[in-house]
Amino acid sequence: MRRFLERHWYAYAMVLPVVVVIAVLVLYPLAQGVFFTFTNINEANIANPVLDRPATYSGVGFKNYLNVLSGDTSYGAFWGTLVRTLIWTFACVFLHYVIGLGLALLLNREVRGRTLYRVLLILPWAVPAFISAFAWKYMFNAQYGIINQLLRAVGLPDPVWLGQSDWALFAVIVVNVWLGVPFMMVALLGGLQSIPGDLYEAAEMDGATPWQRFRNVTLPGLRSVSSTVILLGIIWTFNMFPVIYLIAGPNPNTRILVTYAFERFFSGASRDYAVASTYGVLILSVLLVFATVYRRALRKQGEVW
Amino acid sequence: MTLDASSLQMVKPERRLKRSDRSLAASVGLHAGLIIASLIAVFPVFWVLVTSFKPDARAVETSPKLFNESSLDNYSRILGGEKGAFLTWFGNSVLIALLTTVIAVFLSATTGYAASRFRFPGKRSLMMSFLVVQMFPFAVLIVPLYNILIALGLQGTSLGLVLVYCTTAVPFCTYMLKGYFDTIPTDIDEAGRVDGLSPFGVFWRLVMPLAKPGLAVTSFYAFLTAWGEVAFASAFLSAADDSKTLAVGLQVFVQQNRTEWGHLAAASILVAIPAVIVFYLVQRFLVTGLSSGAVKG
Repeated sequence: MRRFLERHWYAYAMVLPVVVVIAVLVLYPLAQGVFFTFTNINEANIANPVLDRPATYSGVGFKNYLNVLSGDTSYGAFWGTLVRTLIWTFACVFLHYVIGLGLALLLNREVRGRTLYRVLLILPWAVPAFISAFAWKYMFNAQYGIINQLLRAVGLPDPVWLGQSDWALFAVIVVNVWLGVPFMMVALLGGLQSIPGDLYEAAEMDGATPWQRFRNVTLPGLRSVSSTVILLGIIWTFNMFPVIYLIAGPNPNTRILVTYAFERFFSGASRDYAVASTYGVLILSVLLVFATVYRRALRKQGEVW
Repeated sequence: MTLDASSLQMVKPERRLKRSDRSLAASVGLHAGLIIASLIAVFPVFWVLVTSFKPDARAVETSPKLFNESSLDNYSRILGGEKGAFLTWFGNSVLIALLTTVIAVFLSATTGYAASRFRFPGKRSLMMSFLVVQMFPFAVLIVPLYNILIALGLQGTSLGLVLVYCTTAVPFCTYMLKGYFDTIPTDIDEAGRVDGLSPFGVFWRLVMPLAKPGLAVTSFYAFLTAWGEVAFASAFLSAADDSKTLAVGLQVFVQQNRTEWGHLAAASILVAIPAVIVFYLVQRFLVTGLSSGAVKG
């Protein structure tokens, strides 16, 4: 034991602060959150230290899970919401990746004004998300928004973007794609720059077409960075709350699992913490299953990661 | 997760396609693509800027105009405090964002360095837990967190909020910095140890100065995390007007049925400026700093 500490004490000293903070502010709340899913806790029966009121909630077993998983509309129509969440996540991450890769390929070339282009293209990342949300909400407004003014000017139909239709989901996906492309672009640009140039020269000597060079040199060279950013992108997008909530509000057509948990949490007189936590645990389970499958699939293809 | 030769070449990107090798049509296409993408990236921000000079009533007219009774009135009213204690909110946000940046970057640097250089039992599960931490919807942690902050006596204080932001920023920052430290040759550490530096001395005096690009990017990330966050700030700061951050305070412009778009736009521009300044300072490090982290994730 002594030798063990002697060998590792500085490593542990360096990670200790983070472990303490994470344990106190994430793991313990997480455990408490999981505990809440088996109770009927809400604003009326939670302990309130300010009013000096003791807790009066009680255990209800698996009732919350049964209610939510039954897909009942008064519990957020879980399965429909899950499907919408998946559509939202995959549409966003797919577009982030494709557009980000396209722009990274363009920026990776010797082109006049490359620094300026790069600064302009990363700008959406630098603007705080709630500001971007306001900006897009303004632009998507059905009457005075610039987007509909342009559509009317060229004689196209001007839908009510953020109303009770699937256009609202389309609109928030557009916004989130706009927000998320810079991160992908920068990460992939770094990945492109780490591919050794002689690989391209060798491929060119062997007479490979540009498409073949892209397929057989660029894509394999980006595998490691791609697998990381796609996994992170999926996790972040799955839990992306501010964009949807600030733009569309509690609109059932843009409801994903996280925004419903929030609705349950914040709206109504009797803030339903139990159901909100149940949604949280279900979200975590879906993501854990996904991450496990994803990593296993990568490992099967011979990825060290 | 391994250090290989390719990561070292990142420092000097290969110039593989000379401008002269390209046909004119390809050049035009390249620039056209980049210009269109840049316009899309910049337009929303530009449009907010244009709107910020218009009176609220003109901002909702149904024909687009660049200038419409434009003036600096929105700005002077906001900075003059007519629309809530804007400057106080601004100060709160700056304080919280800077504290978050300093604490989060310092914590992630030590952790990232330990994970990059030392083998110790529990390292793998530590890195895994950082990934899992990002999966949990923090919306649901709010009630338990609220209780803990009360127990620690931090509820309603800036420090409490800073700690909460650190839990969001630290996992990703650690990943990035670990990747960045991996690209710094371990020979440097060994040389430092031979010269009599402690492991902490090596970290602080040798490795940290070499990791500037990585530190710049993580600072940017941590700063933005705190600067733009809405949900926790509305839940954990006391309701008093002078303890609000900008993200919470700006909600006063978005009322039930009527949004004061002109004022909101002006306030938005004022909020975006510090973020854009930070961004401009770090942007030249962004590609190397982020990629090594993500590549080596």
